Amino acid sequence: MTADTAPALWMSGVTKTYGTGEAQVTALVDFTLDVQAGEMVAVMGTSGSGKSTLLAIAGALLTPTSGTVEVAGQSLDRMSRTALARLRRERIGFVFQDFNLLPSLTVLENVALPLDLAGASRATARSQARRALASVGMRQRAANYPDELSGGQQQRVAIARATVGSRQLLLADEPTGALDSVTGDHVLEGLRERADDGAAVVLVTHDARHAAWADRIVYLADGRMVDQARASLPDQLLTGKP
Amino acid sequence: MSIKQALLALLTEGEQYGYELRAGFETRTGGAWPLNIGQVYTTLDRLEKSGLVERREPDAEGHVHYGLTDAGRASADKWWVTPAPHPSPGRDDVAMKIALAVSIPGADVARVIQVQRRSTMETLQDLTRAKRASADGDDAWELVADSLIFRAEAELRWLDHTETRLAQRSKRTLNLRAAEEKRTDSRRAADAAEASR
Repeated sequence: MTADTAPALWMSGVTKTYGTGEAQVTALVDFTLDVQAGEMVAVMGTSGSGKSTLLAIAGALLTPTSGTVEVAGQSLDRMSRTALARLRRERIGFVFQDFNLLPSLTVLENVALPLDLAGASRATARSQARRALASVGMRQRAANYPDELSGGQQQRVAIARATVGSRQLLLADEPTGALDSVTGDHVLEGLRERADDGAAVVLVTHDARHAAWADRIVYLADGRMVDQARASLPDQLLTGKP
Repeated sequence: MSIKQALLALLTEGEQYGYELRAGFETRTGGAWPLNIGQVYTTLDRLEKSGLVERREPDAEGHVHYGLTDAGRASADKWWVTPAPHPSPGRDDVAMKIALAVSIPGADVARVIQVQRRSTMETLQDLTRAKRASADGDDAWELVADSLIFRAEAELRWLDHTETRLAQRSKRTLNLRAAEEKRTDSRRAADAAEASR
């Protein structure tokens, strides 16, 4: 498969065990998932069901015990550490519950950081960061520092940082955990819009209302996919009212 | 939903005729509860008989306007500060079905919960998309959609909670059974040792 036609994320038969012998814990069992560009998939399950392990493997932060993972058509199986780091930097964006913005950098510098690290020119990094900020409605806050923003605004900046440049796989781990419900909805809208613009989004959440923004919902229990739900109405029927 | 009280509330804004009241009701509730004009006129007749509204002379176009009496205004004011009744608990089909599944041997409760959760989750997805697709600033519809969304979410949380509770219970039953078997085994071993002595 070429990078253009391959799913943004493809996991096949992925199993992850921690420890050995009696202390061995299996976090993920024979897990298979593909996420296309433009698709948003939510992962739900109780604590300990394997959600975080799944996200860490999808984000090339953790190596599976067995199974295959591909990001944009590139197999992670035999990649060197350096190549994995480059893939993470260039292809994958992360959004966490606690935003993880650097307090000493401005909003613009935070968003431009991944491109700076990847060796982009200062002008390119700044202009792409501005574009990413505009896409989450935060362009006018570019010169502010993170602590001058509300929680919801910081999370929108984190989403801009996660998608800046050519990164098309967005992995979000409980991104609304620390926010009130209305602000949380705005963050979800931000993620949904990134998917509508062509990014592949994987959202781990325990909140059904937030999972409902996704095209597909995957349920995990004891490391296995136990069910899937998907929206049933085609978009053209959604003129506003049920 | 009390149509009677809704019409009285709308009339606190001034005299209106039947079609106006219907349009006002539907706009403000986001079109979630369509109202037929027959219902509006029957209700207005009843309100008139109870002395809560008065019929005015038809205007140039022949529209018969209705206005509140003092008693009608008092009733409308009282409505805002009276809690709306909750639907009776016995009417919850999902809770009823799962309560039956739990108590009837041979029913696969886990499966019943799973099927229900998938269906409710898909409804929640559809509501979320419908809310998003609506024109920005349609506050009435967004408010009504949110109410349906939060209800669906509550049902999902209850299903998850029930599933976890049942899983813990069956684990506890298994543990008790295992402990019981262990006790029986050691008793038998002790008896056997006693007998062979």
